[in-house]
Amino acid sequence: MIEVRGLSVELGGRDVVDRVDLAVGEGEWVTAIGPNGAGKTTLLRALAGLVPARGTIELDERPVARLSRRALAKLVAFVPQLPVAPADMSVSEYVLLGRTPHIAYFGNEGRADLEAAARALATLDLSALAGRRLGTLSGGERQRAVLARALAQEAPILLLDEPTSSLDAGRQQEALELIDGLRLDAGLTVVATMHDLTLAGQYASRLVLLAGGRIVAEGGAAEVLTEALIGEHYGARVRVVEDAVIPVRR
Amino acid sequence: MAQAERLPLAPARPRRAARGPAWAWGAGAAAFLAAAVATGLLVGPVDLGLGAIGREVLSHVPFLGVRSDLSPDEQAILWQLRAPRVVLGLLAGALLASAGATYQGVFRNPLADPYLLGVAAGAGLGATLAIAYGGGTAFTGDLLPLAAFAGGGVAVALTYVIGRSAGAARGTAAYVLAGVTVTSFFTALQTFFQQRHAETLQAVYSWILGRLDTSGWHDVTLLLPYAGCSLVALLLHRRLLDVLSLGDDEAAALGVSVGRVRLVLVVAATLGTAAAVAVSGLIGFLGVIVPHTVRLLAGGSYRLVVPLSVLVGGAFLVFADVIARTAIAPGQLPIGVVTAFFGAPFFAIVLRTSRLGGSS
Repeated sequence: MIEVRGLSVELGGRDVVDRVDLAVGEGEWVTAIGPNGAGKTTLLRALAGLVPARGTIELDERPVARLSRRALAKLVAFVPQLPVAPADMSVSEYVLLGRTPHIAYFGNEGRADLEAAARALATLDLSALAGRRLGTLSGGERQRAVLARALAQEAPILLLDEPTSSLDAGRQQEALELIDGLRLDAGLTVVATMHDLTLAGQYASRLVLLAGGRIVAEGGAAEVLTEALIGEHYGARVRVVEDAVIPVRR
Repeated sequence: MAQAERLPLAPARPRRAARGPAWAWGAGAAAFLAAAVATGLLVGPVDLGLGAIGREVLSHVPFLGVRSDLSPDEQAILWQLRAPRVVLGLLAGALLASAGATYQGVFRNPLADPYLLGVAAGAGLGATLAIAYGGGTAFTGDLLPLAAFAGGGVAVALTYVIGRSAGAARGTAAYVLAGVTVTSFFTALQTFFQQRHAETLQAVYSWILGRLDTSGWHDVTLLLPYAGCSLVALLLHRRLLDVLSLGDDEAAALGVSVGRVRLVLVVAATLGTAAAVAVSGLIGFLGVIVPHTVRLLAGGSYRLVVPLSVLVGGAFLVFADVIARTAIAPGQLPIGVVTAFFGAPFFAIVLRTSRLGGSS
């Protein structure tokens, strides 16, 4: 589904993403982990076509460089770490904005768009909150509204930058279960970045460890979440117990 | 209030309950507009009577067979004095309010007003130059509006060039800062020329405070093409303004060419603002309070905010003009004074009641 070859992104005169090769199959969930500044978010933004990049990205066997912005948005839904949620906008208006790539430039949403938005609201259990303003939602509810907007976009690829960073332990699990359910039900391909290594290992089908813009390890949780790799690249002392990464005081 | 709503057990408010359906707001705004037009035509030194005005208007509709009771003089008062003034107020108010709403969306800044990018300072400089060097013809010919229009356009173009050169990484803040820079520079130039030609002081000052004095339909025909282009463009882009309010990244990820849409919107809003300023001077405050009042009452989506701002902005300026020409009759108050004097307390009330209503 996603085929990345020799991808480099230059920001401020240095390659933040450096010659990355990555292949993600249809229906797979790949999570990029790595210390701050490793290039996780930039990699995701490059996949969404939001930063100029060298190398090639193919989505669904089509080179991104030749896709229009709108065509790209029909393939890829992107959820940033801190989505802008205008406080005055209602949940249903917000979710409906996810239909933008399907609506003509000066057009208005048609029945198909309203139905897609209603389906997304129902899937994320938001139908009762449809008329609420975003500013009145809790963090967990807002995260669900953001996911509903991405789902309404009906793109086969879902990019999530730190989808759980602002949620409590319960809401984190809830959000990740939801995403996994969407992936299985709708056949989505998911690429995420995460800081919580234990959760990353539990939900991803494959982990990619980035450091200094390069992929330094790749594979299942057991192969990537090792005390040695985390110690080397995060500079952290941890113990790994059955795929749970436990920090150890120095 | 807001705290209570965050509790998971609090019942969800039904859809749009606090705001009402879109058609109701549209009807309300249209009624407000109709009331403004009727008041604008009715109020003046000569009492024409609402019924007589209605019959006069209907007498121009073919096949109705309605006869007008107005004398030729009264007809002239209605059609050559009051009607053009009302139409000018509607257009200028609609342009300033919709441009304000647009700037607030494009720059995601609630304080943005139509003058954010320097159009007022540029137009002020153009007007001052026209008054100082126009040889006394500034107020009689088309020189003043043209000079003001050109000055406003040049200032905003300069802001755009400077803002763009500051780099995309700074986002919309670069344009706001560039606007502040250009405003200061053009204001300095304007003050310099004003000081050099002290005799122009009163004329410049009266222009800056804004007015809807018209010479018949001339100003209206001057304004109409720009107003038409600007309003149509802004109304067509209202859904995209909602997309832009998500920020550059997310709008781009939804398939929108952010830079291009922003440029089109800024050009359209600036065209309308510059044209309104050119014929009516600097009418402050309206571009901020009208969109915000609409937003507080009817909700934050630009799909509703832009069209309602057009209607309410036009009506508000017509009402303000009625006050401006009657409060100290036969003298006239500058209309900018009226919009701020009545607009500020009104907005304070809206701000307060909408908070109590729990819709903030």
